[in-house]
Amino acid sequence: MISFLFKGLLRDRTRSLFPLLTVLSGVVLTVFLHAWLNGSISSLIQSTAHFSTGHVRVMTRAYAKESGQIPNDLALLGIDTLMAELKAEYPDLLWTPRIKFGGLLDIPDAKGETRAQTPVSGLGVDLLAPESPEWRVLNIRQAIVKGRVPSHHAEVLIGEDLAEKLRVQPGDTATLISSTMYGSMSVANFVIAGTVRFGIVAMDKSTVIADLSDVQQALDMQRGAGEIFGFFADDLYHEERGDAVTLDFNRRHAFSPKDTLAGDASFSPVMGTLRTESGLADYLDYVGVFSGVIIGVFVAAMSIVLWNAGLTGSLRRYGEIGIRLAVGEDKTHIYVSLLAESLMIGFIGSVLGTLVGLAVAYYGQVKGFDIGSVLKESTMMIPSLIRARITPTTFVIGFLPGLLATFLGTAISGIGIYRRQTSQLFKELES
Amino acid sequence: MENSVLIRTHDLDKIYSLGLTDLKALDRITLSVARGEFVGFVGPSGSGKTTLLNIIGSLDVPTSGSAEVLGRRIESLSHKESAGLRNRHIGFIFQTFNLLPVYTVYENVEFPLLLQGMESSRRKQLVGDALEWVGLADRADSRPAQLSGGQSQRVAIARAIVKQPEIVLADEPTANLDAANSHHIMKTMAQLNEDLKTTFIFATHDEKVIGYLKRKITLVDGKIAKDETVEKTTAG
Repeated sequence: MISFLFKGLLRDRTRSLFPLLTVLSGVVLTVFLHAWLNGSISSLIQSTAHFSTGHVRVMTRAYAKESGQIPNDLALLGIDTLMAELKAEYPDLLWTPRIKFGGLLDIPDAKGETRAQTPVSGLGVDLLAPESPEWRVLNIRQAIVKGRVPSHHAEVLIGEDLAEKLRVQPGDTATLISSTMYGSMSVANFVIAGTVRFGIVAMDKSTVIADLSDVQQALDMQRGAGEIFGFFADDLYHEERGDAVTLDFNRRHAFSPKDTLAGDASFSPVMGTLRTESGLADYLDYVGVFSGVIIGVFVAAMSIVLWNAGLTGSLRRYGEIGIRLAVGEDKTHIYVSLLAESLMIGFIGSVLGTLVGLAVAYYGQVKGFDIGSVLKESTMMIPSLIRARITPTTFVIGFLPGLLATFLGTAISGIGIYRRQTSQLFKELES
Repeated sequence: MENSVLIRTHDLDKIYSLGLTDLKALDRITLSVARGEFVGFVGPSGSGKTTLLNIIGSLDVPTSGSAEVLGRRIESLSHKESAGLRNRHIGFIFQTFNLLPVYTVYENVEFPLLLQGMESSRRKQLVGDALEWVGLADRADSRPAQLSGGQSQRVAIARAIVKQPEIVLADEPTANLDAANSHHIMKTMAQLNEDLKTTFIFATHDEKVIGYLKRKITLVDGKIAKDETVEKTTAG
């Protein structure tokens, strides 16, 4: 009997192939969307960590309050001690100091007159030490488009788009006009060692990257840094661990109310996490909820589509069911056989759909999808190459609409077999 | 004679609720049908023929009164019991053939035997016999779409008789057939009635069918208007 029903299922494409394709399509979309949203959020978090906040970061309390303004006059000083403490107390994180700064980049002509000039956002990082974590964090070697990485003091990298805009080449001289941490004017000459493309529009069109010591000297910030970033070794943000490190660090550097009143608290170090910095907590919560809602709505929509497919499939077969009842098949047997069919279709469709969805998602994970054209004017730290990200959930999420919805659709529509009088089915058979 | 009665109804009523009004489809039907009869419910559309056939076939239940088929009270059967009664003892032939289109002729005829859990070799023998009876042994591997109307109805007859039921119920079996095929079908069924002593009950208003009946029960507005035995067939 099972082989008889299976034979019918294989021969009747409206019962097998078409429902299978419907399930497969729905599952592919669900799996890919899940991986895509995962990847988008991960890319955003990673970019924010690499360029803006680290997984954790240490600043002075005063700097932290206005970190969006990059108040280098409130920067950390004597960072050698602090760095040593961080490395000793939290060795599972990679620690690296940075100075963010703003200014004008002036490109002189052969006579030393200004040929081009533009506002830039600068980044002072440890570029000259071979063991610097920045090589890995910023992925500098892979980001080089022209020229080379800096190997001497007073050499800088600039964004490729910025270089094109200023029409400069590696080897050209550029003058940074900025202000020191004490508020006086600062002028420093650099040689452009190379151009870089990070795939983040905001960086590529306005960034100058210089060695930390050069920036310290230019901005009169000896042994100082605006921020010290901490990165987890696997480059993934671990919220609980980040919170624990932050809590411990801030407890160690807590000030009593008396000290606070005395004014000493403003320049004491404080640590924040990726989540809590720059209002990212609300954003991440929002993104988390929003992506959950999108996935939920999509899964629900796909469930309705597949449910409906199961429903119409069963309704369409009332004629066949009428014949089977008339020939003497028991209602329960028919119902169970319909459920078994839907489970088989749902399972095969879900497996195939998940495989196809994973294949597409894997392509998106390896190759990525370039959205640079829509980010031309963006100043956000959104990478122009968005990669999908496959997680364990991606392997199973397609089964929710694929298997459950198909099964439920058939189960609910099949109840009609019981609720209708047999003779009514018989009449439908004759109509 | 009393022992050979297969079907007995007593004061059988069937009322359909149509919202605010009720439709009395069958009104105090009392009749009996004996083994081996070739009987037809005749009458105009809406006279209750199909309703009565459905109740006898345990596809429906009476509103009041009783219907007893092969010693079983139709109104008290569970779904499973009525399915078992249809599967082992009653064959159906429909106006529109109603073959399962994705299965071959052989598989359509085999289906009722599969439901009985019959072993393969016995099934093969019975299906072969049934197809021989209806003259379609050479079309066993055809699909229903490849058959003419007459051939399709003969497959339906083979499906109805393959399990060698006591009763075959045929609802307007010639309605979709031309005259030649109608006579061919009726002759086949009359022959089976003679050879196998299977009881055939028809619901029809087709004169070609009526001509073959040995007993004619005329229904008008849900009541038995006339119950007559026909001495000899005139058609053929």
